[in-house]
Amino acid sequence: MNAPFFKFEYFTPDFSLVIAILIGIGFGFFLEQAGFGSARKLAAQFYFRDMTVFKVMFTAIVTAMVGVFYLGWLGWLDISLIYLTPTYITPQVVGGLILGLGFVVGGYCPGTGMASLSTGRVDGMIYILGVFAGIFVFGESFSIWKDFYVSGKMGQITLYELTGIPYGVIMFLVILMAIGGFIGAEKVEKYFAKKDAEASK
Amino acid sequence: MSTIVETAAAETLVSEARTEVKPKPYMNPYLAGFGLGLVLLSAFVIMGRGLGASGAFSSMITSALHSVAPAHVEGNEFYSEYLGDGTVSPLKDWLVFEVIGLFLGGLLSGLISGRSKFTIEKGPNITAGKRLMFAFLGGGLMGFGAKLARGCTSGQALTGGAMLNVGSWAFMMCVFAGAYAFAYVMRRQWR
Repeated sequence: MNAPFFKFEYFTPDFSLVIAILIGIGFGFFLEQAGFGSARKLAAQFYFRDMTVFKVMFTAIVTAMVGVFYLGWLGWLDISLIYLTPTYITPQVVGGLILGLGFVVGGYCPGTGMASLSTGRVDGMIYILGVFAGIFVFGESFSIWKDFYVSGKMGQITLYELTGIPYGVIMFLVILMAIGGFIGAEKVEKYFAKKDAEASK
Repeated sequence: MSTIVETAAAETLVSEARTEVKPKPYMNPYLAGFGLGLVLLSAFVIMGRGLGASGAFSSMITSALHSVAPAHVEGNEFYSEYLGDGTVSPLKDWLVFEVIGLFLGGLLSGLISGRSKFTIEKGPNITAGKRLMFAFLGGGLMGFGAKLARGCTSGQALTGGAMLNVGSWAFMMCVFAGAYAFAYVMRRQWR
């Protein structure tokens, strides 16, 4: 098996668009099934009432991370052929903080906004219009941000390349962190459910 | 005879309405996360790339603007990245098709679970108008921030997270930090 299949030209670029729709369907299906079509459920993460965002996200990250690692280890998947977004640390840190603010203001991220729109949520539709507006503002003012956009350049780099700690060890640490997080998330949910129940008495 | 048929039809309508107001519970978060992880893994294995969302919106905007002001878009460094060499439409793009799929997948899931409904998601202490204004504002911040960060929760946090990408992990921590830092200010909207 030679993967990624597309990189080994197992199918044409036109056919990759069919794959895109199928993968997108899976993506949208699980986002909606997880409850991410609802801004209230998403936002509850940031008030410690419902930690689903964390649970779903880290289960997905761990699943894909372990899959990539083992398929690579078996020699079936050439990990170096998987596209890695280059790191520009400063705009990514600032952009991340802006996204965090946007999350509690808008209630969605672009992907979950689409999932909410597809189930008829009017706030999701307006949110997506906002995303278009935000990209438009960024595009029109790009000359102002251009220097900042390319600052803090570190290239295509992974945590194991940066730290020198072996890939498998980093993976293990991420799994430990996720499990610790899941246990913490369950406890936090119980704590606030009890607190809210007492407050409403 | 016709009254019997009508009553039966009315009863079906009532029972349908009943199933509609009672949406199915959400999937177990760990199971949904596992499913999402397998979708992401299949994107890595089949395509050699991960999932995304905001990139598709950039292609759509570029395409729309290019049809009204071609010279303006071609002269802009940001848009021209999505325009490519101009031989194919910016809409003939992997992420654009993936986002079409995302819409279809969400639609399918919402329909089979009885959650599809024209409504506004908001807390009890905010008006619909204010909620929609915040939705637009939040979307704007996200669109802008995602471009600055070279991706959103899908392309950076999820995809880069699984690939142990340095910038993605820094980005992810900052999204959570930013959201928790501003959650108190926005509590009236949700709680």
